[in-house]
Amino acid sequence: MNQTTNEPHAQTRGGRTGRLIAYGLIGIIAICLFFAPLLFPDVRSQEVAARICIFIVLVASYDLLIGYTGIVSFAHTMFFGLGAYATAIALKQMGPGWDAVIIGGALGVGVSVLLAALVGLLSLRVKAIFFAMVTLAAASVMAVLASQFSDFTGGEDGIIYKVPKIFSPATKLLTDENGKVLTIFGVKANGKMAAYYFVFFGSLILYFLMLRIVASPLGTVLEAIRENEMRAEALGYKVVLYRTAIFCIAAAIAACAGILRAVWLKYTGPETTLSFAIMIDILLMVVIGGMGTMTGAIIGATVMSVAQFYLKDLMQLASEATAGIPLVPDLLDPDRWLLWLGLLFILLVYFFPAGIVGTLARKGHHP
Amino acid sequence: MSAPILELDNIFTDIAQYHILHGVSLHIPEGGVHVLLGRNGAGKTTTLRTIMGLWQAKQGAIRFRGEDITKQHTSDIARKGIAYVPENMGIFGGLTVEENMRLATLDGSFDQDRLQRIYTLFPALEKFWNSSAWSLSGGQKQMLAIARAMIEKRDLILIDEPTKGLAPAIILNMVEAFREIARETTILLVEQNFLFARSLGQTVAVIDDGRIAHSGTMAELVEDVALQTRLLSLSLDAHQ
Repeated sequence: MNQTTNEPHAQTRGGRTGRLIAYGLIGIIAICLFFAPLLFPDVRSQEVAARICIFIVLVASYDLLIGYTGIVSFAHTMFFGLGAYATAIALKQMGPGWDAVIIGGALGVGVSVLLAALVGLLSLRVKAIFFAMVTLAAASVMAVLASQFSDFTGGEDGIIYKVPKIFSPATKLLTDENGKVLTIFGVKANGKMAAYYFVFFGSLILYFLMLRIVASPLGTVLEAIRENEMRAEALGYKVVLYRTAIFCIAAAIAACAGILRAVWLKYTGPETTLSFAIMIDILLMVVIGGMGTMTGAIIGATVMSVAQFYLKDLMQLASEATAGIPLVPDLLDPDRWLLWLGLLFILLVYFFPAGIVGTLARKGHHP
Repeated sequence: MSAPILELDNIFTDIAQYHILHGVSLHIPEGGVHVLLGRNGAGKTTTLRTIMGLWQAKQGAIRFRGEDITKQHTSDIARKGIAYVPENMGIFGGLTVEENMRLATLDGSFDQDRLQRIYTLFPALEKFWNSSAWSLSGGQKQMLAIARAMIEKRDLILIDEPTKGLAPAIILNMVEAFREIARETTILLVEQNFLFARSLGQTVAVIDDGRIAHSGTMAELVEDVALQTRLLSLSLDAHQ
């Protein structure tokens, strides 16, 4: 058969450069996160690094839904919270052992998958907006339940508990020849470091699992469903089953992220796991990073978390530096950090309409 | 004529408040190319979509190899061996040519003999195997849509206006491809392009206002200029 002369558009030089920039950024973030206990040993920086690791998983798992399959759900924090609360309750009730983490975590993941299957099979047949409303209602109910069953959940105050001994700051992870805790670049190799690397490697495994999912035939089917449900059905794919399956997988991964959060914080409460503010953070991180790009989760989670933790400090410095200029110090007052965070978000959306990774890599190509 | 592979028996289909099909009956014999002709809005696409279960028939029965598939789910109908190439090509633009093809396989793996046949028919697909489908030309997209229907052994392929918007040179080449496909598969082809349709079709049905206005062999219709004029408002002679 003769061919038309039209050639597919070559990948532009700009697209290649953009992808290189994106990969470069991701490489820098990965190195910073891996060496975070050594590079940023203060408590606050450790908290930011651990939060970034956990949110990369949470955001990437949400991207499996919204970016890869086109499912809008507001129940992601519900699954995150189920993982965290189940682990927290088990640690509180059973004591600070690995058995509690494993049993509690498994229960959290199991209940999340069951709930996701129930919500999915019942409501993924309906239009997207109705499904979104169902998930919003489910998440609200879960938040109310967590608040009401205070005997188990600690209510609004949450639960404080102990974690396995290896994560205690007093634990000597590595020792020198004198039996003292080993110091690496001035940082003690203690239980706090172990806790961080538990979070880091836990997140890394979950992230690679998600990369494997999107690169698998299942990932291709999901993208086909996002693009056109009817066409996917006409090829023989049961769209509702696939959508329910990915909803369950995303729920399980979010619950695993909740386990990591519970172990890291040694505290679980509505504000750290179930609040709607976290759901909004996840949405913003997905949009900033780029929907349908697993790597976007890394950049989105990092940009948002760093901005949330350090924008105030930056504004304090800027406010002091511009003390002599009228009006400017008032505008840069650290109390107005949310205003500037909003402005930052608007600028990001304006300059990176497909998210940072999506725009850099050019739309339609998934790095 | 062989036993019908597909039978539509008095099918009525509504889309919202509109009554589109009013008792369509069709008998598609096994093997060869069978054409459903009709003007815009006559009900051709609705007929194909109703067969695929994308729109539910309000009344009547659709039988595939004697089995009633009227109320079956689209994915189940597809798994029975019916492929559908929709009017707008139906490819997934965000995926590569390879991913588009792989989606149409039953187990994710390619039958190499079939793949080679597809490469022979459509060399562009081999050339642009790893390119995004959105970056293909219109003709190449149509080739991909048809190749996807060929990658597994199908009993019946429903093709909706494959020549729409394509250059005449590509249309002529497509005739060759369809003849090749028809050697092992039954094709139900929906068309407005009578010249294209007559070069392929063994049987023809003409649909008008949601009703079958004529059915018979293609040769009869080609011979009968008066019938063409009455049914299609055209004369083949005038188009030669």
